[in-house]
Amino acid sequence: MTLLSSRPDLAVVGEALPHEAAALHVTGHALYTDDLVGRTSRVLHAHPVQAPHTHARVTRLDPAPAYDVPGVVRVLTAADVPGINDAGIKHDEPLFPSEVMYHGHAVAWVLGESLEAARRGALAVQADYEPLPSVLTVEEAIAAESFQGARPTVTRGDSAAGMERAAHVFEGVTSFAGQEHFYLETHCALALVDEAGQVFVQSSTQHPTETQEITAHVLGVPSHAVTVQCLRMGGGFGGKEMQPHGLAAVAALGATLTGRPVRLRLTRQQDMTMTGKRHGFHATWRAGFSADGRIEALEATLTSDGGWSLDLSEPVLSRALCHVENAYWIPDITVHGRIARTHKTSQTAFRGFGGPQGMLVIEDVLGRAAPVLGIPPAELRRRNFYAEGQATPYGQPVRHAERMHGCWDQVLASSSYAARREEVDAFNAASPHTKRGLAVTPVKFGISFNFTTFNQGGALVHVYKDGSVLINHGGTEMGQGLHTKMLQVAATALGVPLGRVRLAPTRTDKVPNTSATAASAGADLNGGAVKNACEQILERLTAVRAEHPDASWDELVAAAYHARVQLWAAGFYKTEGLSWDVTTMTGTPFKYFTYGAAVAEVEVDGFTGASTTRRVDIVQDVGDSLSPLVDLGQVEGGFVQGAGWLTLEDLRWDTSDGEGRGRLTTQAASTYKLPSFSELPEVFNVELLERAHEEGVVYGSKAVGEPPLMLAFSVREALRDACAAYGPPGRPCELASPATPEAVYWALNAARSAS
Amino acid sequence: MAEVTVNGEPRALDGVPLHTNLLDFVRGCGLTGAKEGCAEGECGACSLLVARPAPDGSEGTEWTALNSCLVPAAAFDGQEVVTAEGLGSPDALHPVQHEMAVRGGSQCGYCTPGFICSMAAEFYRDGRDDGFDLHAISGNLCRCTGYRPIRDAAHALGTPEADDPLATRRTVSAPAPVASRLHDGEAAYVRPATLDEALQLVRDHEDATVVAGSTDWGVEVNLRGRRAHLVLAVDRLEELRGLTVTDDEVRIGAALTLTELGRRLEGRLPLVDALLPQFASPLIRNGATLGGNLGTGSPIGDTTPVLLALEASLVLASSEGTRTVPLADYFTGYRRSVRRRDELIAEVVVPLPAAGLTAFHKIAKRRFDDISSVAVAFALDLRDGVVSKARIGLGGVAATPVRALATEAALEGRPWSETTVDAAAEVLRSEGTPIDDQRASAAYRSAVLGDALRKLWVES
Repeated sequence: MTLLSSRPDLAVVGEALPHEAAALHVTGHALYTDDLVGRTSRVLHAHPVQAPHTHARVTRLDPAPAYDVPGVVRVLTAADVPGINDAGIKHDEPLFPSEVMYHGHAVAWVLGESLEAARRGALAVQADYEPLPSVLTVEEAIAAESFQGARPTVTRGDSAAGMERAAHVFEGVTSFAGQEHFYLETHCALALVDEAGQVFVQSSTQHPTETQEITAHVLGVPSHAVTVQCLRMGGGFGGKEMQPHGLAAVAALGATLTGRPVRLRLTRQQDMTMTGKRHGFHATWRAGFSADGRIEALEATLTSDGGWSLDLSEPVLSRALCHVENAYWIPDITVHGRIARTHKTSQTAFRGFGGPQGMLVIEDVLGRAAPVLGIPPAELRRRNFYAEGQATPYGQPVRHAERMHGCWDQVLASSSYAARREEVDAFNAASPHTKRGLAVTPVKFGISFNFTTFNQGGALVHVYKDGSVLINHGGTEMGQGLHTKMLQVAATALGVPLGRVRLAPTRTDKVPNTSATAASAGADLNGGAVKNACEQILERLTAVRAEHPDASWDELVAAAYHARVQLWAAGFYKTEGLSWDVTTMTGTPFKYFTYGAAVAEVEVDGFTGASTTRRVDIVQDVGDSLSPLVDLGQVEGGFVQGAGWLTLEDLRWDTSDGEGRGRLTTQAASTYKLPSFSELPEVFNVELLERAHEEGVVYGSKAVGEPPLMLAFSVREALRDACAAYGPPGRPCELASPATPEAVYWALNAARSAS
Repeated sequence: MAEVTVNGEPRALDGVPLHTNLLDFVRGCGLTGAKEGCAEGECGACSLLVARPAPDGSEGTEWTALNSCLVPAAAFDGQEVVTAEGLGSPDALHPVQHEMAVRGGSQCGYCTPGFICSMAAEFYRDGRDDGFDLHAISGNLCRCTGYRPIRDAAHALGTPEADDPLATRRTVSAPAPVASRLHDGEAAYVRPATLDEALQLVRDHEDATVVAGSTDWGVEVNLRGRRAHLVLAVDRLEELRGLTVTDDEVRIGAALTLTELGRRLEGRLPLVDALLPQFASPLIRNGATLGGNLGTGSPIGDTTPVLLALEASLVLASSEGTRTVPLADYFTGYRRSVRRRDELIAEVVVPLPAAGLTAFHKIAKRRFDDISSVAVAFALDLRDGVVSKARIGLGGVAATPVRALATEAALEGRPWSETTVDAAAEVLRSEGTPIDDQRASAAYRSAVLGDALRKLWVES
């Protein structure tokens, strides 16, 4: 057992604790970036000038009329940028663009004494545009060969030979939608400048270091002139990994030009029309199966809808390609990937980061093929699971493959799957207008950033003379409970009660050069760093302890101070054993895989296609949980968010050739529906896999943020099962994604009309 | 001086811009617990508690949860509001806050204060025993938890302690409406004291924007930047808040909230009872009124199909008197009606006895709190197995809500049988001229219309 993963007997990690800020949340005392505005004096408010075109050249931009609006203080345009006019790191994302690249693209920002003044000022800014042709859908992009960035391929063996070998070859197109993050807190930044020109930006960001870097390059100053702090976010889900930077930079630019604090908070409509979403994908595929249902070969081309700029589209695509096989052994495989450039928001990270999109392809293949192969879908899936000793298509050995089988067997047992299969079939036989569906699906998900460099974390731990402890780490809190876990890690590592440890907000002047809090890796990376810092301090206390064997912690610390022992430490952690060759798309990009399985039962109304989720059972591998209540929340929340993506959330753009072309038509909560109480499964059982200790990870734990999202495939497959029950057996059932009531209605009608 | 009491402290409304909603007002007071999540009453992050008269019409106060983002702060002149901060503190959690905290009911915490207020409203609901009606939180969205711990927290709640200050407060009357006249430059917010005064104001001011619960107008202000010269609040006018039942009819005050309507009807109009839980969310129903829903004239407003099927009439009042218009003759086009600019909807009259076989089918993406793709209300009378009378109201299939007249004809006088239903369903499919939009395709709208009648048959 390594030092990193070994857990002491009396550990604070492993205790089921509420969120560290729960008492602040429930009383309204928890502060988010926009809550600071009332506590800051002389704040200016920023409002965008959004272009009403999908693709156009800006032929004239005249801010002068805005200055006639009472309360307007300053209009920000490209001419004001002292540094680099770009909101990204690939220099394809002008912050103040001369070419409008999507409907609602902000071409200027207006600062006002009130938000109302800024809003009216933005309406007064005169802009002329020369409309240009636009590419909107992935299909249009494919036809126009409008692509951007790398076009990687993951391949192993000889997929053509595999197809030859196969007894059955299926082919199809699977097209599926993106997803709006809909964090309840929209993007927000509050920038201040001090007497020496130091810029302080409070930002709702998952990646304070990159927010700092981009703010600095826009301002044309070194990184040390910008500090970014994130108190907490009202949700992130990947949507605040890249997207906050330009907004923070606008606020910072306004603050440096006016000398006054600038607040930039997007309304929901602005957030939805201006910021990136989960990538929708288009996949063409051929899949070969042996007579007994083993996957012989897969050939696929995945085209993601990247939107107008690259953003994180390349790493999202990499992860999609590295998850296209999910939990299944596919001996011969070739999967191509490419990124469509379309005139939409720049699609970005979203919980799962391409993994869900890759996995949806193979799950759709299996769901369609099973009835034709005459093998129950659950059996078809299990039969193709990885076995220990096999490797992924990109060459990483699938360690702990037996845990996939373990999760599967456990969830089949705990859900009484076999008995309920019979019950569902009996119900369906007796019920012509309402059908139920039951399905089980697996998840295998690789943990670590594909890009090896990002797999590092930092922390700063102070022990004060009185024995109290203040920790700081590079990760951000967006509700996932990272801070709760880090407090537990520090208390465990130092051997002090939890109450002795306090956590300070994430700031780039405390812990520099951090990675995004993303890829589910927040606890692994920052936990490793916090533990490292604590151990450095303990190491220095060893000699003092020898002299004071019976001293309490507080006494020990006091003695150490008097003995002039350094009581604080900067901790560091990097994930060992990773390698990734981006040219061949091979290597060992992941520290480990997490596993999970879910059983879902749905009921579908044959008159409308409306469905309810009757019951969900989940078994998820989280290693030895650092914080079981937090992990349970991640599993449940991720599952429901995934079910939202697959069954309800329906991004629509105006794809007509009319005047509104390119406009997001679901740009508000009234038209874009996320799961509400009514989508909560009536029965919802979650178990964490037992005896799941993970070597080489902080206190034997595993990541949990993203993997549960993909457990929601079980709902989609259960819907497919229910739709198929309206028709004769043995026929493939195609189901659009998202499987909204309308999509389900057409699927069940297709099944019905086949009888 | 205009003021609103927030968490027991008076806060001046004077000088606040009139388009300022209650949410921004309380946040400006430093109470930043309530959040703006959507600014259109869909997410509930802005939910607050307001002291309102008991909805059954009895003495006393009900703590009513509202979307504070939709209603102008000026509407709360003389009223009493409680926020999450007013319920408890980190050192002394309110029972609702305690259950939410210890059960993992908050993750990012942003939606949480709104959930707390909605849950507290149900916690204090008069007549609630140990149960918790989960519909109370169906207007609150959480993107993190998946809701299970929130459900468990709700179910774990007991009843308020005897000395609970907000529970005690319920036995005292809620603040009465205050006649208000607030100015902000050229704009004004007026809450008249009487209906006569209101009617004179609409007569004399062409640009008056009449609001009741502001659940529609608030969206216009927040999302579309609309500003009014004169906002005229009619929601608390006693003349518009009656409910009388005789042998022949039910007369419903146009300014009763939908929540009050449901409680006071006491099951006498089952079709209305079928509608109400599917109308937006309780946070909206606590403000929204029949008058408002009919006044905006939206083709997808859910009350109209139901009232069409019930053969309701509207009483329109002006300073010159009143007239009664059948609802079927009321709409003339997209958001247009026969109502003159100087008229207010005063009452909705539903004839009795109501039809024997009724159903309301709302087709939407989400089960609750969604806008209809299509809405169908059926009101059928069967006599000796024959359809003696059929009234069917449709929403979402034309520029206005419509009666399905051809389908009604295809049913009336025919036996209530599968044959009749199948034939009539085909007629129903082609009623109206549904469109393709982001909610649904025209083909789906048309198809599910027909299936709605088949479903009624199967379930009857």
